[in-house]
Amino acid sequence: MKIHEHQANELLKRYGIPIPGGTTIGDLAQAEAAIDQVGRESNTEQFVIKAQVHAGGRGKGGGVRFSPDRASALENIRNILGMTLVTHQTGAEGRLVKKVMVTQALDIKQEFYAAITLDRATGRDVFMVSSEGGVEIEEIARTSPEKIVKQAIVPGFGLRSFQARNLVLALGLEGHAAKQAPGIFQKLYKLYRELDCSIVEINPLVLTGKDDLVALDAKINFDDNALYLHPEVAGMRDLDEEDPAEVEAGKFNLNYIKLDGTVGCMVNGAGLAMSTMDIIKQVGGSPANFLDVGGGANVETVKNGFRIILSDENVKAVLINIFGGIVRCDRIANGIIEAVKELDLKVPVVVRLEGTNADVAKELLANSGVSIISADSFEDAANKVVEAAAGKGNH
Amino acid sequence: MSILVNEDSKIIVQGITGSEGSFHASQCLEYGDNVVGGVTPGKGGQTALEGAVPVFNSCAEARAKTGANVSLIFVPPPFAADAIMEAAAAGIELIVCITEGIPIAQMVEVKAYVETTGSRFIGPNCPGILTPEGAKVGIMPGFIAKKGSVGVISKSGTLTYEAVHQLCAEGLGQSTCIGIGGDPIIGTTMLDLLQMFEADPETDAIVMIGEIGGSMEIEAAQYAKENISKPVIGFIAGQTAPPGRRMGHAGAIVSGADESAVAKKKLMAECGISVVESPADIGRTVRAILEGEA
Repeated sequence: MKIHEHQANELLKRYGIPIPGGTTIGDLAQAEAAIDQVGRESNTEQFVIKAQVHAGGRGKGGGVRFSPDRASALENIRNILGMTLVTHQTGAEGRLVKKVMVTQALDIKQEFYAAITLDRATGRDVFMVSSEGGVEIEEIARTSPEKIVKQAIVPGFGLRSFQARNLVLALGLEGHAAKQAPGIFQKLYKLYRELDCSIVEINPLVLTGKDDLVALDAKINFDDNALYLHPEVAGMRDLDEEDPAEVEAGKFNLNYIKLDGTVGCMVNGAGLAMSTMDIIKQVGGSPANFLDVGGGANVETVKNGFRIILSDENVKAVLINIFGGIVRCDRIANGIIEAVKELDLKVPVVVRLEGTNADVAKELLANSGVSIISADSFEDAANKVVEAAAGKGNH
Repeated sequence: MSILVNEDSKIIVQGITGSEGSFHASQCLEYGDNVVGGVTPGKGGQTALEGAVPVFNSCAEARAKTGANVSLIFVPPPFAADAIMEAAAAGIELIVCITEGIPIAQMVEVKAYVETTGSRFIGPNCPGILTPEGAKVGIMPGFIAKKGSVGVISKSGTLTYEAVHQLCAEGLGQSTCIGIGGDPIIGTTMLDLLQMFEADPETDAIVMIGEIGGSMEIEAAQYAKENISKPVIGFIAGQTAPPGRRMGHAGAIVSGADESAVAKKKLMAECGISVVESPADIGRTVRAILEGEA
């Protein structure tokens, strides 16, 4: 799960990690008061206005603007609040900016990168820093990986002091900042572990003119499996930032991801679902979605699956590919028949059922009177549905 | 022959009194497994599966009284990490955890702990192990498989069934099928199982089914290049999966590897693995390779 920058800042503050002074507003009427407040509290006349959306690349898209005085801060709030921000991560449709953060502008001497995430290969959390902070960090990882210094955390032991000191040495920090940094790093790891984060990334972590380290921009993601342990974090979820069809699918425990093709897919199991998308592509079609109905597919899940797939207007045909292990295919067949009748489907449906009671299921489908194209194998199903989708397009 | 489990495996089921646990434990019993007991804290002294097996309060007690060497875990996510550690602490040799949704940070610590014990751990969030005509330790439907000499290693559930189905359609049985799970942290890797299948005299070929994400397939392929003499047939699911679903920069930076399907398949092929392009061609490819060898 993702959260907004201003929510991440709340968490950083709670863990004692220095952040810039600021406040967040969602209403233009609050703009002047917000500027006054930040100006007073942070003793500043210069501000940065930041769009609060989940996508990265906000700066390049015009969603982060330096404001050298109060008048320009007000102007920038006016421009950013309510704008549709397009970045390389939002897609062409962009994202509506409903909140902006008004922060103090800092006197920045140097920018660093600091992040914690899991290294799957070693099974350990890794704390990474780089003296080359800023927007080009991925490029640096590619071209000069030696500039990213890592400390692996021994499970159960946290980020030890010597490791934090190693990170500080790698950044070449001196004086006040060198004293301040180990504590910041250890607090960051504490936050990461205690709140079951999947990523904590500070980019940039800045050194100010007064030799203070400040977390200027934070990105924090959470492990969905652990949200039940942190109801307050779960409460930070912003459904407006997610695809409505995906949110709807989630309510029924369906895992749905919208794509831009024409063949809707309903499959049990993520691996088989991905393979189904792959084979559709291989035989010349294009998948409209990923949809894993999970292990307990029944009449309700099939119906809801149809509803969600068909909410996408690009869908010209639907493929149901179910390998019944524990789930009995005859039950799935009944679910499909009921759903097709009830939902009055306008697109062709190709069904491939294999596994427990597959023969009974095929008979049920054949005798149901509903218009379903039955397929005998994985390949056969893919060919038939791609053909059906193309046929529909020619009408 | 087979790897990991066979007809002599003595199995306990942790969480046997829950609905998932009791359903699947009875399926295992029906398959002919030697299910010797169950564990549910607080329910020791009762019986489960209609009186067929005793329930114990702890793994240690179950092991002491039954001599169990395998544990199959269906404990709900909040308690599953603890259940895995309990089994390892009790000296259970093979632990298979089916539970989906265990917090990842807990699995990081559990994996580190299990490695200090002598236990082998499979999962979590996996369909488990099936040795046809030997033992079913997990939730794979037993009837789809038949005894033979192809070893199957897979990250996914139903795609494993699909592969096994295709093998059977080609007249090829399996020595053992293992679903290792696709979570970021899992106990037993593809590389571990390649080693075991290589050492198993009755496995002639190995099917390895991977997915996008992680670098496990790459590590296994690089190992196979020098160390595996048996033919390995590989497939990677997710070539059409949307690439944008990555979390921030840190995920890409930490591994430094290209985890896309295309990159993995290319590297696997370079390491001598027969890479199958279409998921419908897994069975056919294995047969062609085995016939070519004969």
